[in-house]
Amino acid sequence: MSTWQIARLVAAKDLRVEWRSRVVTNQVLPFAALVMVMFAFALDNDQALTRVAPGLVWLAAMFSLLVLVQRAFAVETADGALDALKVAGVRSSGIFLGKALALAAQLAVLEAVLLVAAILLYRTEVPAGGVGVLLATYVAATAGLAFVGTLYGGLAAGARGRETLLPLLLLPVVAPVLIGATRATEAALGTNDAMPSEGWPWFGLLALFAAVFGAGGALAFGSLIDD
Amino acid sequence: MTTDTRSERRPTSTTFTRWLGAAVLAGLAWLALFGLVLSPNDRVQKTGVRILYIHVPTAWLAYLAFIVTGVCSVGYLWKRSRNLQWDRVAGASAEVGVVFMGITLVTGMLWGKISWGTYWTWDSRLTTTAFLFVTYIGYLAVRDLGGTHHQRARRSAVLALLAVLEVPLVHFSVKWWRPLHQQESVAEGKLNGLMMFTLFVGLVAFTLLYVWLVLHRQRAMAMDDMVADQGLDAALAERREEAVR
Amino acid sequence: MIAMENAAYVVGSYVVTLGGIAAYAWVVLARARRAARQVPREDRPWT
Repeated sequence: MSTWQIARLVAAKDLRVEWRSRVVTNQVLPFAALVMVMFAFALDNDQALTRVAPGLVWLAAMFSLLVLVQRAFAVETADGALDALKVAGVRSSGIFLGKALALAAQLAVLEAVLLVAAILLYRTEVPAGGVGVLLATYVAATAGLAFVGTLYGGLAAGARGRETLLPLLLLPVVAPVLIGATRATEAALGTNDAMPSEGWPWFGLLALFAAVFGAGGALAFGSLIDD
Repeated sequence: MTTDTRSERRPTSTTFTRWLGAAVLAGLAWLALFGLVLSPNDRVQKTGVRILYIHVPTAWLAYLAFIVTGVCSVGYLWKRSRNLQWDRVAGASAEVGVVFMGITLVTGMLWGKISWGTYWTWDSRLTTTAFLFVTYIGYLAVRDLGGTHHQRARRSAVLALLAVLEVPLVHFSVKWWRPLHQQESVAEGKLNGLMMFTLFVGLVAFTLLYVWLVLHRQRAMAMDDMVADQGLDAALAERREEAVR
Repeated sequence: MIAMENAAYVVGSYVVTLGGIAAYAWVVLARARRAARQVPREDRPWT
């Protein structure tokens, strides 16, 4: 079986598990929406909210990423499913891509909801010229977050105290995504009179990030989960 | 007899590390004397320059320590034989690096308060350094996850190599985010002879200190590994006896 | 050194650096001593 076929099977399995358990729709999405409301309480200023809305969207996405990654690997380690896959000789790069794909699909839904919430709650608007940058940023940032999340989630999986270890490992690594995606989204939304064209270099950073950790993860994932 | 009790009190010492330790102590005393008393104030930075004599060497040594960790991680993964010695030096070096980096951040803040009037600015160098610090704290946490020695070694070696990918990305994104950054904090060639000499003394003293710390720490880690192996052997023997009974 | 400007900051940074290193060195040696109780001398390759 090719790596790609394995990836598709693993991703389909993960998404099916999520679909049946409804954890993402019933727990993670409400959590993310709640975070957006809490930001409004904390800042308590409509103009400030509009100004920092892009950053808040991505910050909430990152917190939700932590929850999603924990969940994605709790499913695998609960009854030794990951060990079974390894014993069966399934190529680890395929597992990595598959899990990242499933994580990316969930993240994509989540980020879309967050973005809509920001537009509704924080009085931001998407100008027609910014749609392209916004979509590109959305895709690249989601890919980058999914790769890094899968990589470090696999590292922390099965270890005692992983709930506390994962944020410590993951948050410093995703900092470039937070910076890049926030600046690109600001450009797309015209926050602080930014022009949409200013967002493209940041998109480049996000794409580079996704490429580096996608390749690095496919190579390294095997030795991380292989115990 | 005397050597016996001595080596039990300092089990990781050898003749070499004792001489090295003496040289480190002499170097640090010499540095404090030059840095606090003998060297003159800088025209621009005034007394602030005195902090740089310890701040700059600890910062450089912390970076060097993390580079050594990366190189030793490659060393571990490179050969099929998987020598744990590489892993222990990588771990010891990272630990020393975290200590040095923590100290560097504190002294840097004190220096910033004098020179810039504020403890912290979000320039790329400071922010990257803070991220490095957190990243290697995470690395040390991963080393403590448990499992066999080789599991630990492989996991942490891969993580150290991922950090090598991460650090440039963080650095450039922060640099891009805040393009205006403060003037170079290291001397711009304006230090006079005595000042340069003091800085040099600091650099030598801290380099020797780094070697001393890594040697001792790495030997302590080797003994920890042996103790863990003994525990495992004992547990296995116990099981075997139970089975016989 | 006497009547130095910002003396608290300068001396403080030396205290933090040298004190921090001394504390760490002590911890390293103490951990080595604890481990050494269970490792016989002939098993230590450096002695």
